[in-house]
Amino acid sequence: MNPEKVLFGFFIVLALTLNFGFFVGELDNPDHHHVYELFAVIVVNLIATVLKFGDRTQMGAVLLATSLVALLQLFAAALVWAVAEQITTIGLTPVVTASIVSLSGGAMLANVVSVVLLVIETVMLRR
Amino acid sequence: MQNIFFLIFRRMRAPLLALILTYAIAVLGLVLIPGQDAEGNPWRMDFFHAFYFVSFMASTIGFGEIPFEFTNAQRLWVTFSIFFTVVVWLYSIGTLLTLFQDPTFQRALTERRFTAQIRRIRDRFYLICGYGETGSALIQALTDRDQHAVAIDIRQDRVNLLKLENLRQYVPALCADARMPIHLMEAGLKHALCSGVVALTDSNDANLKVAITAKLLHPDIKVICRADSHDIEANMASFGTDYIIDPFDTFAVHLATAIQAPCLNLLQEWLTGREDSELRDPIYPPSEGLWVICGYGRFGKAVYDQLRKEGLELVIVEADPEKTGLPKEHCIRGRGTEAETLQEADIQRAVGLIAGTDHDANNLSIIMTARKLNPDLFVIMRQNRQDNDAIIEALHADMVMHPSAIVANRIRVLLGTPMLHEFLQLLLYQDDRWACELVSRILALVTSHAPDIWEVAFSEETSHAICQSVLEGKAVSLRDVVTDPRNRSKLLQCIPLMMLRNNERVLLPEMDEILHRDDRILFCGSHSAGNRMEWTLQNEHALSYILTGEARPQGLLWRWLKRRERT
Repeated sequence: MNPEKVLFGFFIVLALTLNFGFFVGELDNPDHHHVYELFAVIVVNLIATVLKFGDRTQMGAVLLATSLVALLQLFAAALVWAVAEQITTIGLTPVVTASIVSLSGGAMLANVVSVVLLVIETVMLRR
Repeated sequence: MQNIFFLIFRRMRAPLLALILTYAIAVLGLVLIPGQDAEGNPWRMDFFHAFYFVSFMASTIGFGEIPFEFTNAQRLWVTFSIFFTVVVWLYSIGTLLTLFQDPTFQRALTERRFTAQIRRIRDRFYLICGYGETGSALIQALTDRDQHAVAIDIRQDRVNLLKLENLRQYVPALCADARMPIHLMEAGLKHALCSGVVALTDSNDANLKVAITAKLLHPDIKVICRADSHDIEANMASFGTDYIIDPFDTFAVHLATAIQAPCLNLLQEWLTGREDSELRDPIYPPSEGLWVICGYGRFGKAVYDQLRKEGLELVIVEADPEKTGLPKEHCIRGRGTEAETLQEADIQRAVGLIAGTDHDANNLSIIMTARKLNPDLFVIMRQNRQDNDAIIEALHADMVMHPSAIVANRIRVLLGTPMLHEFLQLLLYQDDRWACELVSRILALVTSHAPDIWEVAFSEETSHAICQSVLEGKAVSLRDVVTDPRNRSKLLQCIPLMMLRNNERVLLPEMDEILHRDDRILFCGSHSAGNRMEWTLQNEHALSYILTGEARPQGLLWRWLKRRERT
């Protein structure tokens, strides 16, 4: 067992599960989507991205790309939240909530690709 | 080199992870700990403010407690977080900065930038390996003629020197080992516009390696090499190196020509001289009598072989004849720097002396001692280092053999004016009378400086007007081309040296020769003559003035008026 692989797999899967946790619920209901969850998703995604640095394989490159996509989506969601709450003070209206959650939904798709790739790599290795 | 980028990224993992974790912990703590607003109502910090606060706290800027004053619980948490975030921040940023300054990483970046520069080149260029004395002289000469070059040298200080040089063209340079094929490829060996590789490093092996790499990876290009030994020369020739230049043999042939045909030698020298160099007087090395050669190394051997062919009486002075091999004629052991050795070599009776050791100070000493014994000697000095220029000039030797200058000069002619190179080859079949005549004709054209040399190709691009006239069926003769476009009763100050038509070479073509398309002509003459000739070549009005003697009306209105006048 390679401890590096364990840590790697752990963070990639955690990024997906947390992302899913934030995403589920009614799309435009702010009560179903907690800000702490978004925070956790961003932190775990950042860690997962850094862990993918410096992998020379083709698979590593694609994994890094999916992570970067997820981060981009999550940063956009966080920015929308901050603008709505702090700068314009319109608060979490259904429109704002819907856009935050759908952005995180996009990030989740990227995370799904990450996990699928990880599974494929593992399967090919063990064949 | 690609590896280094991955390595750097891999090393960045730890500092970045540490940074993310500490920030996350500090931010989360601030969000969780309850606080108060200005009126004392319970209030919780949101992520936006927490992240803002941690960002400036960690970098130790510290703007104060915002947006409301902290409660004691918050202050306790901030006290802890200051210590761990500041420490981690310094560690991470410090590590990242060190990584970016890593010499191998910097080198990889430089190479990448250099490769990108080469890829963007849009003109034909020569790849020059070795930027020593020869390389710098060659690059100077090439860029002066608006040709492009790329340089590689193994020493960084030489590459820096190139960047300081005031050249007319930008010359990309890389500090790398030219023996590695990868570096040659980075420098554009496989580039479609790379028209030649010149190997000028001071090691024969490196030159050989460059030549063979170039021939294998890009077989159509010209490969020009410097070689100091016959062994390496034969090796290079075996796989088709286009030109191999041995400075010692070149000089020996030069000396033999000077003994046989002084005018021919003078002509060669004038035509190949740099454009701003002064014309020198002819030299007359004595063709009869005893010559003393000091040093029987590569240079000594080359000169010895040539002079023997001339049938001269020769004496060799060599300090270590066992190492260098023994010549057939008699040889005197010694350095030649002492009077006894030279007297033993019969210096009083000698007519010429060649100081040909590989040590400049010894060569100078040989010449000074010999001159004391026999002041009328014809003296040839071998110069090994450029920085001794001043003292060697003060010596007033009759001929100076400077290998770097000889090689640079040969290659400059070869790359800059290929037709001149062919002309010089044909020259060797002419007799001295012919050469003397040409020398006096050139002397009439120029004052004290070497003549300009230029090639004219009668193609659409380089001589538009002439090509148009030829297409219209008008006959343009060589005389028309050398007529002054400002006054057609005068001729320009130039001489057509050679004409090239369908691979046939004509020396000193006749003035009545009718020009064809794609003829090429080599001219020599004054600088202004070359400029004025451009007018005739490219400007239809200038050409029509020369052909007809009248200035044709240029504008539409004047042409119309002129036509009316005639009718």
